[in-house]
Amino acid sequence: MSPGEISVDVTVRVNGAARRLRLDSRVTLLDALRDELDLTGTKKGCDQGACGACTVLLDGRRVLSCLTLAAQCEGREVTTIEGLAPDGRLHPMQEAFIRHDGFQCGYCTPGQIMSAVALLEEGRTGSDEEIREFMSGNLCRCGAYPNIVAAIRDVAGQGRE
Amino acid sequence: MRPFEYVRADDPAAAVALVSADPGAEYLAGGTTELDLVLKDGVLAPERLVDITRLPLRGITRADDTLRVGALVTMNELAADPTVSERVPFVSEALLAGASPQLRNMATIGGNLLQRTRCRYFRDPTVPVCNKRIPGSGCAAVRGPARMHAILGAGEHCIALHASDLCVALVALDTLVDIQGASGPRSVPLTRFYVLPGERPDVENVLQHGELITRIRIPLLPVGARSGYLKVRDRASYEFALTAAAAALLIEDGTVVRARLALGGVGTVPWRALEAEQILHGAPATGATFRAAARAALADPFTVAGTAFKVELAERSIVRILHAVSGVRP
Repeated sequence: MSPGEISVDVTVRVNGAARRLRLDSRVTLLDALRDELDLTGTKKGCDQGACGACTVLLDGRRVLSCLTLAAQCEGREVTTIEGLAPDGRLHPMQEAFIRHDGFQCGYCTPGQIMSAVALLEEGRTGSDEEIREFMSGNLCRCGAYPNIVAAIRDVAGQGRE
Repeated sequence: MRPFEYVRADDPAAAVALVSADPGAEYLAGGTTELDLVLKDGVLAPERLVDITRLPLRGITRADDTLRVGALVTMNELAADPTVSERVPFVSEALLAGASPQLRNMATIGGNLLQRTRCRYFRDPTVPVCNKRIPGSGCAAVRGPARMHAILGAGEHCIALHASDLCVALVALDTLVDIQGASGPRSVPLTRFYVLPGERPDVENVLQHGELITRIRIPLLPVGARSGYLKVRDRASYEFALTAAAAALLIEDGTVVRARLALGGVGTVPWRALEAEQILHGAPATGATFRAAARAALADPFTVAGTAFKVELAERSIVRILHAVSGVRP
């Protein structure tokens, strides 16, 4: 830690395991996940709250990790894309993204999938229009949107059967 | 980016005392404005951030015809409240038209009131001219490319927009803002909470340093009233408004008995259209009345080349929302 920095101690549960960290107070949750905990599945896109690539679940709700201080997560539960497949078995949403070819370059995909998993919980999958509106915080520069919607529709339908 | 001390507050009075006594301290809640401006844009440089997210300022309760909303309630929580959906549905519509689902899980109601402008000249510290950032330096937006800027309450010193959707509906409802300060609590109507830029665009509201919004109180609409929120923007979703209109109407036998109207996307503050309301009150609910109200609301704009289009767009937005809410066909 270089001079002038002010450190802060944080204990946070990440994908079910308690992690103790000593960080510069300015470190975001995104940078803590990637640089301190080697959980590089969560992606840094705009790093300014505009693209959704850094989406994670905080106490079960989807948030942007680039605009969250790691220090604010004391005692809270973070779920990242790695946490969806703890035993190497893919989450149904991950399988659906593969089945429907819901990505090209794949950079936005972890954020898309975390948002999509939250979307199911929120019950906002009633129509393609609703899925699009409530996925609008996740941008895809490759334009894989039709297949992303198809993947989400597929998983939502499985839940209703 | 300057280092800052991070402090987690667990008591409202202690948090207020701490920030009030330290000119270098600022509150941190949802972070969607504050951390953007501190960590990313470098516009703000607090020496100490006081995290208030653990304070007991949550919860939504109803007392008679008022909804009391804790300052730390999130945008999504308020949007999902059943009383909001039933008695002030345009508040929910405005909330869900704003930001993205992720941001709405983070951003708080108190923070939404205090969100800073999206003016690109304000948010870029390499621009040496901005009366909000550097009082007295001038306004780059008035002379430069401007589109997402204000035309009401604006002037040569500042045309920065207040970009909230929520506050448009709240200001139409005469919402009250409860504030805790070092010397005690006070309440301010949202209609008098914001300060027009005038010659001091750096002064945006009536809060003293260290004062904390603890709660807002939303008066519910009378049973039978209808409301709606229209947001016009460059993209279908996840975009700030070019123009927006929040309207609530109570109509009996074809006559407007009570009208509330406020505008977004056009004001330096969330804009209550009182002149338009006066035209609507007691008038027949017709297209002619709605058009007259729209003209009155936009009677005195301050436009630059890039924002001149907003006058007609705002008028049409008003007419359209009044038709939609009243059910009167255009």
